[in-house]
Amino acid sequence: MITVIAIVTDGLVYAAWLFVVAIGLTLIFGVMKILNVAHGAFYAFGAYAAATAIGLYFDRGWPVAGGYLVVATAAIAIGLLMGYILERVFLRRVYGKDEVVVVLITYALFLILEDVLILIWGTDGRSAYQPYTEAGSFTVGGLPLSVYDIGLVGFAGLLAIVASYTIKKTTFGRLLTAVIYDRETAAAFGVDVSRVYTVTFLVGAVLGALGGALTAPKISVTPGLGVEVIVLAFAVVAIGGMGSMEGALVGALIVGLFRAGAVHLIPQLELFSIYAVMALVLVFRPQGLFSRAQPRKI
Amino acid sequence: MQRTSVRACLARRVSAAVLFAALPFAAVAQTAPAAAPVKLGIVTFLTGPAAGPFGIPGRNSAEIMIEMLNAGKVPAPYATAGLAGAPIVPKFVDENGSTANQVTEFRNLVQRDGMNAVVGYVSSGNCLAVAPVAEELKALTVFWDCGTPRIFEERPLKYVFRATPHATMDSVAAARYALKRFPDLASYSGINQNYAWGQDSWRDFVAAMKSLAPKTTVDKELLPKLFAGEFGAEISALLTTNSKVVHSSFWDGDLESFIVQNGARGLPARSTMIYTAGETAMFRLGAKIPDGTILGARGPHGVMAPDTPLNKWFRGVYEDRFATAPTYPAYHMAQSILGLKAAWDKAAADKGGQQPAIDDVVKAFEGLEFEGPSAKIRMAIGNGHQGIADIAYGSFKFNKAENKAEIVDIVRYPAECVNPPANMTSTAWLEAGMPGAKCN
Repeated sequence: MITVIAIVTDGLVYAAWLFVVAIGLTLIFGVMKILNVAHGAFYAFGAYAAATAIGLYFDRGWPVAGGYLVVATAAIAIGLLMGYILERVFLRRVYGKDEVVVVLITYALFLILEDVLILIWGTDGRSAYQPYTEAGSFTVGGLPLSVYDIGLVGFAGLLAIVASYTIKKTTFGRLLTAVIYDRETAAAFGVDVSRVYTVTFLVGAVLGALGGALTAPKISVTPGLGVEVIVLAFAVVAIGGMGSMEGALVGALIVGLFRAGAVHLIPQLELFSIYAVMALVLVFRPQGLFSRAQPRKI
Repeated sequence: MQRTSVRACLARRVSAAVLFAALPFAAVAQTAPAAAPVKLGIVTFLTGPAAGPFGIPGRNSAEIMIEMLNAGKVPAPYATAGLAGAPIVPKFVDENGSTANQVTEFRNLVQRDGMNAVVGYVSSGNCLAVAPVAEELKALTVFWDCGTPRIFEERPLKYVFRATPHATMDSVAAARYALKRFPDLASYSGINQNYAWGQDSWRDFVAAMKSLAPKTTVDKELLPKLFAGEFGAEISALLTTNSKVVHSSFWDGDLESFIVQNGARGLPARSTMIYTAGETAMFRLGAKIPDGTILGARGPHGVMAPDTPLNKWFRGVYEDRFATAPTYPAYHMAQSILGLKAAWDKAAADKGGQQPAIDDVVKAFEGLEFEGPSAKIRMAIGNGHQGIADIAYGSFKFNKAENKAEIVDIVRYPAECVNPPANMTSTAWLEAGMPGAKCN
């Protein structure tokens, strides 16, 4: 019984983390048709910004509760800054260009930003554990669980609800949907596609940075952490379908539960489990679980 | 006028006498040229995840040791300047990047930059790749930190040396210490990074445990990806077992993340953790490491080093320069450079004080015994190319009164207790039950 509880909770925690990281990536691809490799850099910068901000905050002995606000604020600030610079200076010049060119540009930006990160923060790891350790733990069925981890699950759920509501019920969400389905027609109907792109990229950047910021209190923030997460994010997005938010959620859940099951039951398959799931899904649905197969436009 | 001219004449005579007296010295100075500098390549992680815990301490140690050696300020028996009087000129190369890239950089050091010797490599993968190239180029190479036992077990090497013991020693000593603390240990688990270092460490620990306590069983064998960072599921898996002991060779970010995450969920209250490379994190994490955690330092290094004059000197100059205590990577680098110096000086002495050729240094290095800051090193296995030394393990304790991290209950294991003999590979020795091991 304890193993079942462990698999379910571990799966949900991992899925929550993956969803927060992947939703920004899938949003940017869905709207802008850009496979943004630099998303890993947003994650890394978010983690470093949060670790720095947490360190400065708790060095002053301020209340623990405020530390969580600091995490969110750092992510939003760094995400907006980086998103704005990248979109305005680089990506705006290549809208409509060949997709391979755009991917190469985002990849180049990712590599550059990895070195910029080292220039700013150096090679030493950063620790900012207070929000994680101060949250405490509780026991379910004899299994201690971290309050922070369960809080992350709650946050991911809230994010999913807010994202769904925004897309379906708000004016901006409807504009976004129109641009997702057909950019040219949306433009012909007077939608300011350029503004939609900018806002979308900013939101995607903030979400990527938020993923890193929420992870920072649990890990030692070291150079190279963006590389690891971008591969996982791509796997989740591929499973769920590029551009689908529901797909990102379901993809994250599938990956999270499969991985947790592997760790507990067949640890030797843990490394393999995520990509095995991805391969299996793509064999039967190459476009992912929630994307429609695209007819070729002639 | 007469007095002045006598004075002037005297002055001229004194000057002439001084000049003549100085001539022999000038002649000697002109005919005895200064020794040509020895160009030494130092390869270590200057960037990337391994820089913080390993690469930079190694780099810092190399910098201070070379500076002190050139100035002749290292205590006996290393008091002579440089390498047999030749000043050392280092060139630092970043080990970050692919193995293929490292092999290219090694070739550049030797063929393009004309290094007389190379002291390098933290990564076992890089050591394994560079070794045959060093042989091909006949380049004197000293591996300073990589842990794989396979370097000298797969083929004999002439130009490659390793003055620091390999990883089998870490896991065997960990097993001995664990069984000393828990003599009735029924089962244990392991969580190690899924690559050569982690797999070899776990394999050696299991083999040692099988030999020392055949009735103990393995509960969980977890091998998460290198730099996974998030270990929630693994911690849950360990919490569902009855393991009294959990072995881990984690390092850097993975080590620190794991300690914080498992601490938040109470794993240390149920299982005692053994971190074979844990000493590198003890000052950074401090009180976050639970008291009683078993820590290794890949040798008797850091706070577990004996209080010898050489160690006191090394700690003093390192702390003065870098404002932090040297951890084991710093000791490994110092040991490697001192081994090179000992071999170089010996080779020069054998040649009547003349600068030796590389083959002379190689010959002197084989089977050499020399003092490191924390242990005596004997190049006793791997056909005299692989060093063995004592190792120490201890239990972590945070001294709240003085607000500092300490290691207590230190047990030092002699080299012959935890290293295979010269005529056996590590795996064969462990599988045979560690025959010939001489312990306290």
